[in-house]
Amino acid sequence: MSRNALELWVGLFVIAGLAALSMLALRVGNLGAVNVTDAYKVTASFGNVGGLNVKAPVTMAGVKIGRVSNIRIDREDYSAVVELSIDRRYNNLPTDTSAAILTSGLLGAQYVGLEPGGEESYLKQGDRIEITQSAVVLEQLIGQMLFSKAQGDG
Amino acid sequence: MNSARLLGRWVINSILRLGRATVFLMSTLVGVILIMRRFSLIVQQVFAVGVLTVLIIVVSGLFVGMVLGLQGYNTLVDFGAESSLGLVVALSLTRELGPVLTALLFAGRAGSALTAEIGLMKATSQLAGMEMMAVDPIERVMAPRFVAGFVAMPLLAAMFTAIGVLGGFLIGVGLLGVDSGVYWTSMQEGVDVYDDILNGVIKSVAFGFVVTWIAVFEGYDAVPTSEGVSRATTRTVVIASLAVLGLDFILTSLMFSEV
Repeated sequence: MSRNALELWVGLFVIAGLAALSMLALRVGNLGAVNVTDAYKVTASFGNVGGLNVKAPVTMAGVKIGRVSNIRIDREDYSAVVELSIDRRYNNLPTDTSAAILTSGLLGAQYVGLEPGGEESYLKQGDRIEITQSAVVLEQLIGQMLFSKAQGDG
Repeated sequence: MNSARLLGRWVINSILRLGRATVFLMSTLVGVILIMRRFSLIVQQVFAVGVLTVLIIVVSGLFVGMVLGLQGYNTLVDFGAESSLGLVVALSLTRELGPVLTALLFAGRAGSALTAEIGLMKATSQLAGMEMMAVDPIERVMAPRFVAGFVAMPLLAAMFTAIGVLGGFLIGVGLLGVDSGVYWTSMQEGVDVYDDILNGVIKSVAFGFVVTWIAVFEGYDAVPTSEGVSRATTRTVVIASLAVLGLDFILTSLMFSEV
């Protein structure tokens, strides 16, 4: 085989390999989706985050607008502090927006749902969401129900 | 008593071989730096190792993807979760099947060819002839093949995975009626570029390194007879495949253990 043809084949091979890689990154992976680098961060503290994971979606009205970027414990009051990275396109969330940890479906993954308030001023980088609703822990709920039922009987 | 001696001989021989392989790797890596000046040698080897392997990789990738689509669908549909088909296909391909199966096929197709070629060069005294002419065979013969395997393997694995995802799409969406948008969205939601795709690429780079090292070393270390060459070729495929599977377990437990 002549040297030109050889080089052409190798060139095509490398192009095909790189094309496959970029297809994996853009079409299969989430590089083309919500860009978390261009985001602002707000925090919200919850009494209990249940099974919420880092990278869980943050939604408003069911539309994904960001991700959970960090979950840690507040050293002062032992509540869970959840850091939310929200896409900069949605920088007009009122300061009295409330956050709740919800479950998609009965046994599905947990996510943070935001509910807009009515204030005129907007949330900025580093702000804190004051009104929060913790995750519903199903076992606790059932335990409470059984307990109150037993009390009612007694 | 005799069996203890045999065991001892086997251990000593294995350690000696391992030592020779390591010394060989070091001198090859030095040769790699020197050979960069003669880029056309590398291009030639990328053709032999990479381009000629594309066909088997593409065909296997397509069929593996199609089988994954079919099996995944049949299992998921029992739980009403066939919308996760894309995720199942993409995760199993990017994390495991893409790099591992490509490495196994690569060892069978390209690794055995490398060993046979180098072993035959040795058997016909071509390597000794080069040394007579003050050409370092490690730099002239081994280094370009080593670089070629190292470069070709990740590209082949990426092709395998990409074609596999398309194969799953063909069966899942085309034949079984999963919604096309759902197939791609569930994939994009669940597959992370760094955690899944980048780790898969790292795996395939590691496999390329190990398989090419074993193949080139076995050829270089072969007994210079026709029987020796055939034995070295067999050993390449067996050892490289086992090394890939063992290494895969180690890499997986390092990469995906903490969640």
